[in-house]
Amino acid sequence: MSTPETSTHESTGHGDISTGMAGGDSNASATRITPGNALRPEDIALEVKTGLVKPSGDVAEYALRLGDDALILEQRLGHWISRAPELEEDIALGNIALDQLGHARSFLTYAGAGMPKEDGTATSEDELAYFRREHEFRSVQLFEQPNGDFAATIARQFVVSYYQYELYRRLTESTDSTLAAIAAKAVKEVDYHRDHSSQWVLRLAGGTEESRKRMIHGLRLMWPYVNELFQDDDLTQRLAEAGAAVAPSSLRGDFDRLVTAVLSEAELEVPDVPAAPGGGRYGKHSEHLGYILAEMQVLAREHPGASW
Amino acid sequence: MAAQNLQSVPAELTQEADAAGQAHFDRIIAEDSRIEPRDWMPAAYRKTLLRQVSQHAHSEIIGMQPEANWISRAPSLKRKAILMAKVQDEAGHGLYLYSAAETLGQSRDKMMDDLIAGKARYSSIFNYPALTWADMGAIGWLVDGAAICNQVPLCRASYGPYGRAMVRICKEESFHQRQGFEILLELSNGTPAQKQMAQDAVNRWYAPALMMFGPPDDDSPNSKQSMAWNIKRFSNDELRSRFVGMMVEQVRVLGLTLPDDQVRFNEDTKKWEHGPLDWHEFQEILAGRGPCNAQRLERRRAAHDDGAWVREAAAAYADKQRAKQQAKESMKTKEHAA
Repeated sequence: MSTPETSTHESTGHGDISTGMAGGDSNASATRITPGNALRPEDIALEVKTGLVKPSGDVAEYALRLGDDALILEQRLGHWISRAPELEEDIALGNIALDQLGHARSFLTYAGAGMPKEDGTATSEDELAYFRREHEFRSVQLFEQPNGDFAATIARQFVVSYYQYELYRRLTESTDSTLAAIAAKAVKEVDYHRDHSSQWVLRLAGGTEESRKRMIHGLRLMWPYVNELFQDDDLTQRLAEAGAAVAPSSLRGDFDRLVTAVLSEAELEVPDVPAAPGGGRYGKHSEHLGYILAEMQVLAREHPGASW
Repeated sequence: MAAQNLQSVPAELTQEADAAGQAHFDRIIAEDSRIEPRDWMPAAYRKTLLRQVSQHAHSEIIGMQPEANWISRAPSLKRKAILMAKVQDEAGHGLYLYSAAETLGQSRDKMMDDLIAGKARYSSIFNYPALTWADMGAIGWLVDGAAICNQVPLCRASYGPYGRAMVRICKEESFHQRQGFEILLELSNGTPAQKQMAQDAVNRWYAPALMMFGPPDDDSPNSKQSMAWNIKRFSNDELRSRFVGMMVEQVRVLGLTLPDDQVRFNEDTKKWEHGPLDWHEFQEILAGRGPCNAQRLERRRAAHDDGAWVREAAAAYADKQRAKQQAKESMKTKEHAA
């Protein structure tokens, strides 16, 4: 199976908060079973707490966007666990959901550091995830699109993984060391998501008549929301100029090239469908997000202030 | 396959091979060593193991459902990550166990079909509903805890592939139990509503967890043979008693209570004792009349049926790729010949 290669990019990032320079209890967790220096949201939280990192308002807003994208996607993907077409896919989709959840937690923890509460302490990842309302979410609309059948989920994964790969690959060079460190971890994982989704696009398109029909339909369902991924605005422009963020429009060329390569290997066309106007970055969402949040937030909101 | 080969040889030779095989098998069991897939084994041993390993695999797969029920509503992102990883582990356990069962001569597809058709059993515990978040704690602590007591001795089971699969499974299960304990501990030290949720979950899962060890020894017809074959190492009641002893200690640390005022250590027998269990309820669930039997099987069936077109597509694609590869190779051969 050939997955189109992008330039081989050393994605080590410059941020080295992953080695836990804040020390403390981040290394003492009884449940930490993965050895090594993998960056965890708890490490970021510790650095936030000790004042080692504090994002600017702009960076916090940007981190919130990326965190919300990953959060809403993992909530969607998590639904497949115990419902996938094959046990191997229960595991694969669960793995991708876990990766996205990890990215969400890191971005949201960092975002919360730039959004202090009245008492001056940082807003936590859970406060951001469970106690904001629909219009306060900053995810783009692609991420909240329903799972549909397996082909629709794969179509969404296909677009997302190629977009996120290009984004995180560049974000490893961010002048903001925390964003760079999160991206450095995420890009390796998203590279696998790309492999997973592109292989399934090829299999479904080249499998049976039924699967090909469904793959084409899945891509048509998701494609109206592709444009929104690449829209610049004042925030991304300011941050891109400062070298902290990536201008979304700058990802489009590589995205188009790589996605088209897979689609043409699968003998599929880029869907010719009108683009939706989007607006997720400003709190304008589709009808779907309300249901996602109702389910995700129900228990946490029943017990405000409780810890779990 | 093996059985077919044997049928094609004369009867006296088969008998000779069987006698030699039985002697080898008996020696291995006597030495407490391991039977491997290619070794001769008595048909009844193969059948018992196949039943046990496939039931164990099914239990892992059906057991994903009560916990998957709370992934989307997990009350913190950290808890959600842990729960997702746990349910994912269970799918992995199902995979190792189906693989171990396949070495006994039955395909995963056949086992899955039997499960969906209601012909195969899985642990009765998963036919109880997971009603609150605290159930994630109680399932981890009590259900996975009971599973560990059962499964640690299985790491020494005489059938190699099963014993080896259990080693890895037990490592992950002990992590699962710790996370369940941690959930309950956090709830117990939380708000009054949280503590009540934790106690309610322990109350509901305690007796079903004790019944996971199977019927009392005087009512467990298969146990004796399984112990003689070194598949099972300790009796149902022995394991249940040990488990109760562990829970008595741990529930104190949790600041909760067990819903059983007859738990006591018998100084004469040196064993932990517990109150009576509702074996009628156990039998009802085994007979398919539990709270969630229909729901669990329907969910598995729906996932399997809804995914049929995906599996067919993957198989068709693999066939096409293979054909392409073969065509390429035969072209090369021709070029060489020319």
